[in-house]
Amino acid sequence: MKFVDLNLQVPIGKQERKEAEELIERSAELGYSAIGVPVPMETTEEQIQDIEKISNENNLNLIKRADLKLRSLNEMRRSLRVLRRKREIIAVQCDSKSIARYAARDHRVDLISFPSADPRGRFFDSATAELASKASAALAVDMAPLLTLSGLQRARLVSSLRKEVGIAEKFGVPIVISSGTSDRYLLRRPQDYASLAYLFDLDHETATKALSDIPLKIVERNREKLRSNYVAPGVFIVRRGRDCQNV
Amino acid sequence: MRHRYIAVKVDIEQNVDRRDLISAVSASLLKLFGEYGSSLAELSLVDLDPEGKYAIFRCTHRTLEIVKASIVALGEINGKKAATQVINVSGTLKALRKRLLT
Repeated sequence: MKFVDLNLQVPIGKQERKEAEELIERSAELGYSAIGVPVPMETTEEQIQDIEKISNENNLNLIKRADLKLRSLNEMRRSLRVLRRKREIIAVQCDSKSIARYAARDHRVDLISFPSADPRGRFFDSATAELASKASAALAVDMAPLLTLSGLQRARLVSSLRKEVGIAEKFGVPIVISSGTSDRYLLRRPQDYASLAYLFDLDHETATKALSDIPLKIVERNREKLRSNYVAPGVFIVRRGRDCQNV
Repeated sequence: MRHRYIAVKVDIEQNVDRRDLISAVSASLLKLFGEYGSSLAELSLVDLDPEGKYAIFRCTHRTLEIVKASIVALGEINGKKAATQVINVSGTLKALRKRLLT
């Protein structure tokens, strides 16, 4: 089975190359076959190629991801228009209800995530789930906060995740589990993440899918769309030029 | 009472001793599942290799999932950053050791 960590916070830049290498090597050791790395807008092609090179050396498939953390809807529309053709995964960090609803409704968004550990800062309710299920957006769950938080804060987060996972399952919203960390000590094997998902009532089989089949399908779908011959779902350009009439 | 044996790999920069490891896992179990959960688990450390990198824990078969989650949730041992991985689980110690050797 191929496992994917769709949110590995690999530092990009010459100064942090060693940390990047260490983190990517660790991911490969733990049994992942693909990693999703957030690539900010200002990243140069050279930097991307460098990360790609490190990933290839470790037999890992690099998935370029954009993390949108925006305050206004206009800003989000603009960023989506620019980034959709440049990144394989578009994730929106929702810190308001309006952003959550918009992200869930927009077909260009692949993942919706809620970074806040406070239940009042998480907006994945039935209405958002219904929109997300129609637009095929997935609910992203980062596991790092479960390892770093403790006490009441962790209890609140687990409680929120349990509710959100329940809603997602009810409305058929796919769930994607990822590490969401840049610390090698917070990385775990995919099977271990599936064990940890027991905390928020996600059964082992669903959790395993959330780390393998579901992210793989999303990436495959998007890579197909990013090809130059893609027109619409099921419609591709098979030949270009003057001789098309004779086909 | 049926038991489960869990093989664990400990990733930590320095060697870890038995007392620190069992305290860390027990504390994690207590934090996540409380006193009731801990009492059901009957957790014990069966074996730890001399380098302190591989360990075998024992728990009741009913609490396997909560013990696995507690082991994975461990972030530090005796104040030092650590990562733990569940390598294998078996119903008998003999079978687990056999699997680890192959």
